[in-house]
Amino acid sequence: MSRKLSNNEYQKTRGFRFRQWFDGTKDPYLGEVEMKPVRDLSTATQITSEKKSDKKMFLELVYDMKHNTQVKLFRRLYNAFAVLFCLLLVAMLLAAVSNLPLIGVADKPVNNEVSQRYIENGLQETGSVNIVTGMILDYRAFDTLGESHVLFAATCTVLILLRVDKKGRKDKIAEQAMNDRLKEPKNDKVLQGVAKILVPPIIIFGVYVILFGHLGPGGGFSGGAIIGAGLILYLEAFGFAKTERFFKESTYKKTSLGALTCYCLCKSYSFYTGANHIHSIIPLGTPGMILSSGLILILNICVGIVVAGTMYTFYAMFRKGGY
Amino acid sequence: MQIFTCILLVFLIVCAISVSVSKNLLNSILIYMSYSLVMSVLWIVLESPDLAITEAAVGAGVTSILFFVTLKKIQAIMKSDEEEEE
Amino acid sequence: MMNLTNLLANYGEAAAMILFGIGFTNLLLQNNLIKKIIGLNIMDTAVYLFLALKGYIAGRQAPIVVDGVQSVEAYINPIPSGLVLTGIVVSVSVSALMLSLTIRLYRRYHTLNFDEITTMIKKEEK
Repeated sequence: MSRKLSNNEYQKTRGFRFRQWFDGTKDPYLGEVEMKPVRDLSTATQITSEKKSDKKMFLELVYDMKHNTQVKLFRRLYNAFAVLFCLLLVAMLLAAVSNLPLIGVADKPVNNEVSQRYIENGLQETGSVNIVTGMILDYRAFDTLGESHVLFAATCTVLILLRVDKKGRKDKIAEQAMNDRLKEPKNDKVLQGVAKILVPPIIIFGVYVILFGHLGPGGGFSGGAIIGAGLILYLEAFGFAKTERFFKESTYKKTSLGALTCYCLCKSYSFYTGANHIHSIIPLGTPGMILSSGLILILNICVGIVVAGTMYTFYAMFRKGGY
Repeated sequence: MQIFTCILLVFLIVCAISVSVSKNLLNSILIYMSYSLVMSVLWIVLESPDLAITEAAVGAGVTSILFFVTLKKIQAIMKSDEEEEE
Repeated sequence: MMNLTNLLANYGEAAAMILFGIGFTNLLLQNNLIKKIIGLNIMDTAVYLFLALKGYIAGRQAPIVVDGVQSVEAYINPIPSGLVLTGIVVSVSVSALMLSLTIRLYRRYHTLNFDEITTMIKKEEK
């Protein structure tokens, strides 16, 4: 910070120029009247004339006068109809809302015998203290299976669209991805200091939320999202090289495959024993302990691992196109 | 409690309107992030703690980060196009 | 047809419907692609607010069994809560997919304006 600059370097800094202006010894012509270095004249004019003619032709085609008025008219009609339609829609919905039963009242058609069954027999049949977790992982596990499929489909699509193949293409996009990697880590002191303090508690909290999913609020999705956010913070503060030490592409593939297979096997066992009225051998344990509620703990862990990997994959694909 | 809920709902509506009206893209995304956070507080008022944790981690966390990263990529492509034209 | 006192008593659901309208208007009328995606997200969260309000019962607790009390009178309805949990995850997946499509569109057409993109596509087809 306090290294003394040489005379040449000092004369190029802003401080020296300000000093000169302040003392009144600034040369008003220096840097203002000099000519910029001239490029090769013939090729420069040829290139610029080509570019100009191209651009003119392009502008003529795209912003055609004839088509432009049509587009304007269509735009105005579209805006008017859209505003009218939206107002009509909101009015209809408000009319429907005004005829619904009041909020917060207990005797509505929504509170039927299904919720009664879930609340009264939930603890005995699923073993989980949190009724909502027991519901989405035991009574209504089909919905959770469909949701895992949606997450998987979204990850596949983002991988297809944004992945940059490092080996094959040498064009601009791969170059940009490489440049993005070269410019970091920026070694921002504040960010690194904060990340060193914050990332371990975030990951521990995420693990806590996953493991205690059946004893309190939370569950697989929330815990997985929290762990994913912690990994993103670590990546931003320390750069790709350090994160690759423990999270490579093969890590994601193996953990994701293992977790989804485990989920599939556990649920298949539950479906098989439930459909054929065989009594399942998984013990339910005492409610209130961690190792209770049968298969719900394992399912929570699997879902948490998949969701954490997915969130990190989204971010890494957007940032760099790879891992 | 009812007044508190009313104030939160009015804040949500004001946030939603100002997202559509603002000219700067970065401002819209920041306002959307605060919209998501107030939504998370509203879930707690409605006695569903699972939803509150999930919405806080996902809405004000991952979705907003993805929006910011998209904006960064778009400006990076725009800058590299300008450098190419020179 | 419209019961105004009922509408004022159901202020939460009315606010959810107004938010749905605002999100839908954003989706239809904005030119910028990213604001359209934000509009879609606002619509999503408005629907989740409506669903969660359906399960709320005044004066009862969150659906976590405390002290072994398991009567119906002590907890709110847990079913809409479970549905909304699935919905939130689907919403984040859809947002990620649409943002990656936006990046690819920008690389190809170098603009975020929806009108310009459609005009360029029409010109390319001819």
